[in-house]
Amino acid sequence: MIVNIIGTWIAAGLTIAILSFLYKDNPLYKFAEHLYVGVSAGFGVIYVWAFDLKPMLIDRFIENQGVERWILLVPAVLGLLMLSRWFGKIGYLSRLPLAFTVGIGAGLGITASIQGFLLPQIQATLLPLTTINNIILVVGVITTILYFYFSRDFKGPFKYLLELGIIFIMVSFGASFGYTVMARISLLIGRIFFLLSDWLRII
Amino acid sequence: MTKIFLVLLSLIAILQAQVPKILRVYDKPNDSGKAIIIEWRDEPDSTRSIVGYEIYRRAADEDSFYNIGFALPLSTSYEDASTTDNKDYYYYVKAVYRDTSFVSDLSLPVRSYAQWFHKRRLNVLVFAIIICGLVIWYTERAKKGEKLYVRRISGLDAIDDAVGRATEMGRPILFSFGLGVITDVVTIAALSILRKIARKSAEYQTKLIVPNYDPIVMAAAQETVKQAYLEAGRPDLYNENNLPFLTSDQFGYAAGVDGIMLRERPGAVFWQGYFFAESLILAETGHSIGAIQIAGTTAITQLPFFIAACDYTLIGEEMYAASCYLNPEPQMLGSLKGEDTAKMIITILFIVLVLFATLTKLIPSLNNLYLKIFDWFTAQ
Repeated sequence: MIVNIIGTWIAAGLTIAILSFLYKDNPLYKFAEHLYVGVSAGFGVIYVWAFDLKPMLIDRFIENQGVERWILLVPAVLGLLMLSRWFGKIGYLSRLPLAFTVGIGAGLGITASIQGFLLPQIQATLLPLTTINNIILVVGVITTILYFYFSRDFKGPFKYLLELGIIFIMVSFGASFGYTVMARISLLIGRIFFLLSDWLRII
Repeated sequence: MTKIFLVLLSLIAILQAQVPKILRVYDKPNDSGKAIIIEWRDEPDSTRSIVGYEIYRRAADEDSFYNIGFALPLSTSYEDASTTDNKDYYYYVKAVYRDTSFVSDLSLPVRSYAQWFHKRRLNVLVFAIIICGLVIWYTERAKKGEKLYVRRISGLDAIDDAVGRATEMGRPILFSFGLGVITDVVTIAALSILRKIARKSAEYQTKLIVPNYDPIVMAAAQETVKQAYLEAGRPDLYNENNLPFLTSDQFGYAAGVDGIMLRERPGAVFWQGYFFAESLILAETGHSIGAIQIAGTTAITQLPFFIAACDYTLIGEEMYAASCYLNPEPQMLGSLKGEDTAKMIITILFIVLVLFATLTKLIPSLNNLYLKIFDWFTAQ
């Protein structure tokens, strides 16, 4: 019970310290900020050890046999090469795992984008032009794609298509803005509720 | 005697109707192996309450059958995802009622194995070949010296202005990749933009601060800035401590960057990369200290906040175009031109298909063909 009370007071104090940033930078905010950054960085180290390094590399190396065991040396060596940055003369070796990671990311990104974005987007827009909604949707998609065509300057009537495209983009952003603000306000309400209910117990 | 025979026959027929019959047992198609699918048909006895189906399996080198799973009533298939590839397995299904159970015949032996190609992803392959082919073709043209045009993006001019303004005010420049990791294409594009900004800051001898969320991105950023300072002829100005790792926690990072902004008071702030809910916290703090802010991200949900709080925003693919414009190397130009041409092809294809979809409303006999085309675009 006493632990819960202490926990609530610490959480409330840190919440107020962070919110004091709305007034201006002050020692309370600085303390909360440094504590937060330090704790989260420390937690990150434990997380990498407990959820990545130990179960995925060390434990598997001990448990697996044959190819499945020795293949683990590849990521282990790549990881160690990242540390070569500490040693001036062989520091260039850290570029190897970097290049490997970037290459893998770009390669996977191609199929993931086609599969996750391009095909569903095409399919969702293959609509007959029989209703106003469908017409707006199809025109919106085409003009928005044209806006992101960078290989030439659009002049004459095509220029208006680009302007129409940016209108569609901005309308979409406006809707997204309102939607997200609503979600953020609910987060703020949650925090205020914690202060008034769990801490001060006035509601 | 005949009556008894008829009664026995009908009894057998009733019992057979209650016995599940295995229809197919086969390797799960289009997978990486280790899975077999069992399909059965059953006509449950309506006078009894069925509980479900138990699936039994025996491997060729085992002596007895083991229960490997349970399927709910009305189920007609079960996926056994615990097989070893290239090993024979036998199955049977048991229909379990509250008071009794009925067992199917034994299946024929079946093996699981991995497929080299997912046939339902042929559409992805076609698009990948088209897009990659165009990129390679344009890259080769750019390598041969052909000038490939890229239109100017308005936010780009602001980069030079922002660096110049920070220099005049005697304040540093702050650059953030957000929460992007190195495998995000947007982070790679942001590295190109950082290179340009770092070169400018070295020329103007303005301090450049790059707080990092991801250790690998930090290493790549340090390499990029170091190289840019070298290209500008000022390697002596490079200080690794100006590109620190903060934390890999979203709001811890936001709090840390906010603190740096309030204490260092940068004259120009660049938000380039992938951002999440921290975007508005960062951009609002930048706005409050009076910094000129240039953002660029492909995170659709965060773009509205950057547009509202920053002076210039590179929207989605504009970031890629910007990185290409700033570093017009053959690979970059080829990628952009290839993508643009692919976009045009897709737009034309798209218009044709939409018109075809409209036509099917006038000529219903075309509907089947339209549905086949529509189905082809399904992502698996």
